[in-house]
Amino acid sequence: MSSTDGTQQMTEHTLMDRVLFGDNQFFGVNHMSEDKARAQSMKFQDTQAIIDVLDAAYAEGIRTFMCTTHDRMSELCDHFRNNAARYPDYQFYPCMPYAHKYANAVTEHGMIEALRMFLPQDGAIGAMLKGGVALANKDVESIMQLLIDAEMKMFHGLKTPVVFMQNVITDLLLGLRMKETFRMFHDHVREKYNAEPGFITMNMPQLLDVLDELGIVNPIVCANINRIGFRMCGGVPLYEETIRSRRFRPVAMSVLASGAIAPREAVKYVCDQPKIESIVFGASSRGNIRQTKALIDELTARSPSA
Amino acid sequence: MIRTAMVGLGKMGLSHLSILRAHPDIDLVAGCDSSAYLTDILTKYSGLKCYDNFDRMLENEALEALVVATPSKLHASMVEKALERGLHVFCEKPFVLDTADGERLVELAERKGLVNQVGYHYRFVGAFKEAERIVKSGALGTVHHVRAEAFGPVVLRPKGSTWRSSKNEGGGALYDYACHAVDLVNFVVGTPASVDGVVRRGVFSQDVDDEIYCTLRYADGTSGQLSVNWSDESFRKMSTRISVWGTNGRITADRQECQIYLREPHAAMPDAHKGWTIRYTTDLTEEVWFYLRGEEYSAQIDYFAQSIKSRRARGQNSFRSALDADRVVTMIVSQSAGETPRPVVQPARKGVMARIFR
Repeated sequence: MSSTDGTQQMTEHTLMDRVLFGDNQFFGVNHMSEDKARAQSMKFQDTQAIIDVLDAAYAEGIRTFMCTTHDRMSELCDHFRNNAARYPDYQFYPCMPYAHKYANAVTEHGMIEALRMFLPQDGAIGAMLKGGVALANKDVESIMQLLIDAEMKMFHGLKTPVVFMQNVITDLLLGLRMKETFRMFHDHVREKYNAEPGFITMNMPQLLDVLDELGIVNPIVCANINRIGFRMCGGVPLYEETIRSRRFRPVAMSVLASGAIAPREAVKYVCDQPKIESIVFGASSRGNIRQTKALIDELTARSPSA
Repeated sequence: MIRTAMVGLGKMGLSHLSILRAHPDIDLVAGCDSSAYLTDILTKYSGLKCYDNFDRMLENEALEALVVATPSKLHASMVEKALERGLHVFCEKPFVLDTADGERLVELAERKGLVNQVGYHYRFVGAFKEAERIVKSGALGTVHHVRAEAFGPVVLRPKGSTWRSSKNEGGGALYDYACHAVDLVNFVVGTPASVDGVVRRGVFSQDVDDEIYCTLRYADGTSGQLSVNWSDESFRKMSTRISVWGTNGRITADRQECQIYLREPHAAMPDAHKGWTIRYTTDLTEEVWFYLRGEEYSAQIDYFAQSIKSRRARGQNSFRSALDADRVVTMIVSQSAGETPRPVVQPARKGVMARIFR
């Protein structure tokens, strides 16, 4: 395991941590309540408040931060770079892009101009030329590589063994049937960052069909997995069957369905599913982090596949 | 399979295209957009047959249905051509800019018995459906006031160059944000008879409004307020909320939750006590076959497909109902005619060099 500077990161056989820390709570995302989301964005407008929570999670043994490439992430990256000795094994699973950034720019400037804005304008002249030429040639692969590079820049020097495509992009491309773009993302993340590509989706079974078709073997796929079927397109029975029978590396998110399921029951459901590798959750207080982490540890040890 | 085409492949258009192509009953046979750049990419990477000419697409393709997501000023003529050819039509909101066009199109669609739907997706959000159900059930007693709000971070500085910043093309927060809030009021409480106290002003935009405020009036004395501002960065994305006050309590709903306060329990809501009851999106949302950005976007497309299959010509979000929203928007425009307040922020004067090299 090492950094984005080069050398080896993750191979297909390297295990992901059982517990990953999520970031929705830091950036005003709450699926249950806009008031709660606003209260959280007030609480976390100071980056130190986020660092304090990440430190609390680290103290509980959670060393992987699965984070959106939000603008504010770059301040957090600076912190971890500047204090590398304090976090010897800390790692990030970047999830890209932060889609509202693009969506708002498209509304304001139109699609092509917005795209031009997000392609790298600094650094090597070669990159600029490549961006310009790629745009003119409608070379989606080069454009995508440049956009990935732009998002990855903030993680320079940090460990990023898994890099995810955000669900809004995964699912947009899935519906559009721009299948080859998954292959392009996969290859660039592997080749340039020596990292394992992952895909976040709300349409897990449908995405797996496409990844299979592309020959992407045993992919990391992060999806909502919860007892009540919240945002699990295809329904609970199909998800359970998919997890049981298909070859992929599931990461469960929205396990608590934004608080609609009691924690023990919620975690037990996910731990009872075979071969879910990781569970991502977000929390804002040390108490909640400790409780959820302990619950996952306890129920993982007791799970049928343990 | 319903042979369907799409015209307008901008931001909303691509989202529709993705959902349409994922729908098991829809065969999306062609797309059309004036941007050759975009259609070339779609053809090359997704195999979609694309046109740059709408008339040619209608001419060449044997279609049953059309989805329109072009800039608003193009809606009326495209919808009309499609209806004349006997196609079922889903049109993005706002339906039309001129209500005379809207009246003609409602008549045409209804006379031909064609499915007609407009993309007011909030009517497919669980929490708003619940608000409508509760208000119509009478649980709040006699309704006397409604407030609809829409805030978001779209125009945050003095520039912008798309059709949304152009007054004559249906740009501005009125046609983009306010019409959603108006339609939500129409849905939950009913269509107001008149509006007054209209304020429309640019905050940063020079040619269009960024904020709209007005009072809504109903024939029975019920009143309402509309507050819309798309230059509010404190919101992460568009946020719409409706509150309704009645003699037996109030309700506030947004995309996430529905908060109900009842002064006394009511037979129409046997599961709600005196005081607060909160219903969350996780309880109110029906799952969809494909998810992108929100269940409501998929649900409205599925509703359109099911309407075609069952020949349901007067369903949710019909042209007739969307025209009611357009009429309220027209009232807001006519009440503010003649009054063009200066925007809050004036454009910076260009420097000498910038003017020379302009």
